[in-house]
Amino acid sequence: MNELVLEKLKVLAESAKYDVSCSSSGTTRKNRPGAIGSAAGWGICHSFTEDGRCVSLLKIMLTNNCMYDCAYCINRRGNDIRRATFTVQELVELTIEFYRRNYIEGLFLSSGVVNNPDYTMERMVRVVKDLRTVHRYNGYIHMKSIPGASPELVGEAGKYADRLSVNIEISKEQNLKLLAPEKDHQSVYRPMFYIQQGVLSSAEERKRFRHAPRFAPAGQSTQMIIGATDESDKDILQLSSALYQRPSMKRVYYSGYIPINTYDTRLPVLKQAPLVRENRLYQADWLMRFYGFRANEIVNETFPNLDLEVDPKLAWALRHPEAFPVDLNKADYAMILRVPGIGVKSAKLIVASRKHGRITSSTLKKIGVVMKRAQYFITCNELSTFTVNEAQPEYVRNVLTEKRSSKRESDNRQLSIIFPD
Amino acid sequence: MFVFRYDKTFEGLLTAVFDAYSRKTFPDTLLSEAEPAPMFMEQEYRVVTETGKSTRVWMALNKKLSREVCGMLMHVWLSELPKSDELLLRYMRKVFDSPHSVTTNFTDDDVVQVEKIARKVSRERMHLIQFVRFIKAADDIFFAPVSPIYNALPLTLHYFTDRFADQKWLIYDIRRRYGYFYDLNTAEEVTLNDDTHLLGGKLDEKLMAQDEKLFQDMWKTYFQALTIKERLNPKLQRQHMPRRFWKFLPEKS
Ligand code: SF4
Repeated sequence: MNELVLEKLKVLAESAKYDVSCSSSGTTRKNRPGAIGSAAGWGICHSFTEDGRCVSLLKIMLTNNCMYDCAYCINRRGNDIRRATFTVQELVELTIEFYRRNYIEGLFLSSGVVNNPDYTMERMVRVVKDLRTVHRYNGYIHMKSIPGASPELVGEAGKYADRLSVNIEISKEQNLKLLAPEKDHQSVYRPMFYIQQGVLSSAEERKRFRHAPRFAPAGQSTQMIIGATDESDKDILQLSSALYQRPSMKRVYYSGYIPINTYDTRLPVLKQAPLVRENRLYQADWLMRFYGFRANEIVNETFPNLDLEVDPKLAWALRHPEAFPVDLNKADYAMILRVPGIGVKSAKLIVASRKHGRITSSTLKKIGVVMKRAQYFITCNELSTFTVNEAQPEYVRNVLTEKRSSKRESDNRQLSIIFPD
Repeated sequence: MFVFRYDKTFEGLLTAVFDAYSRKTFPDTLLSEAEPAPMFMEQEYRVVTETGKSTRVWMALNKKLSREVCGMLMHVWLSELPKSDELLLRYMRKVFDSPHSVTTNFTDDDVVQVEKIARKVSRERMHLIQFVRFIKAADDIFFAPVSPIYNALPLTLHYFTDRFADQKWLIYDIRRRYGYFYDLNTAEEVTLNDDTHLLGGKLDEKLMAQDEKLFQDMWKTYFQALTIKERLNPKLQRQHMPRRFWKFLPEKS
């Protein structure tokens, strides 16, 4: 370890930083005697960058050399940037030393494509294999599978990594081909399928033999770039929803396109990454996974795009005044969850508290319900004569629209809500 | 006003509960052995901590409450907030006196308070787990100074002994001047005779392992390279990573 490695680290971290799928959740694994590390099962952030993002994993590329020329990527072969390559040994040692100091939860390994997908994948697999077998490292590993990699190497990777991911990047295939001519959806969906098969067959095995090896126990994830092409939120969320139907798919990440290769005329001219849109997509995704919303309730033919001014849950409520007010003393959990201002935790507490007596507005405040929002959508004893029905959705919308600092800036607010996994 | 005096330990508090029930007098105020008596004191009783009594009370609580709620009571105790012992006493009485479960009754202020304080302490525990930074010392012991606002260090032991099982470490609370040393087998509570050089939260470079500085620099470099300059948002950073932890973070110093 020396100054040279430090330089490489700088180059390769820069190159990896735009990839957002960095949560480390999904596996709980106790340490084994004599080994280092455990995986806590929920993402622990060990630091926060100046842009407020969670640093959980050592997110790094093995090399930022790449033979491909994807328009949205800083590492594309046509770009004149500094290039570097770690040796397997260097990256392994770096991971272990960072881990021992509690800097990180684990490793997130990706790579540019050198020679061919399998050559690249093979070197990545050596890193994770060394960590697990030589160093008995027991912490979290997320490894990206290279599009086009062979089933054998994906299978090797799944033995050592907690999570594998293949990024879709662009949800419509013709758009993907436009921006990344060397890629197609086949090259993404195939490795995804290999991963799914690995996960399923290991689960089967483990039913019969308790100690059969696990395969990517934290499943797989993927990422889509938002705003580099003309997909609507409906296109995006429908694809997410279809992906979540698959047994091993755990998370879909959305990454607002950051205008980097501005010289490329295939890309839209943006002043800034569409951060609010990205945030709204995460909220919609959250509603699908934890609030029992279906994709077409959130976006559909009539409303193909998410409302940037109000969050998707409020937007749904405003479009459906007939579903309100919800009587908190009687309604079932699923309906309480749909009330703006009531989250999963509050909804559970409301249902639990009903056993002790009637819910009143002071109970709600103690529970942590955001009354400013909820008041228009609920009744409970003395409350609410002025619901969304009396007030009209437009009025409620105006009152609850998040204030903007300046009228002219339309989409530049910072991501203020980061959902835990 | 009835006053109970006790030794301000958790066992002492549980003993107080035991004594209150056997004497059938319940204190309005709990004081340490040395605190001055309040003006309107009518009666005073001195609790003598007894493990036998405290264990019985704790077992009884464990019978009536879920593990999670018992954990919450422990969290409230470790908050060290003024009057949190009186809150616990009131809460335990409600648990013992009510035929129904009181733990989800959010119309009761004590229940809400216990939940609230426990959540704060648990957040501090999480902060420790996130922001502890080990410095490798020349003798190969990984040292981490901490200074939590609540006494949350004991709550992290399980996590740290599991995760860092194959390295010796010492996590030291410089605010309360005690810590835990893990010797590859168990973590024991320690108080250092001479800890003044550690109280600043830094380890002298002469005491560090040879490559420690390099790894700190690498971490710092990595951290800076990660920032997306188009998205700077220092407020969000502070919200997630309170300032009081920064002095222990190589990436922020
Ligand atoms: S293959 Fe990956 S690293 Fe290479 S240009 Fe495309 S996105 Fe970038």
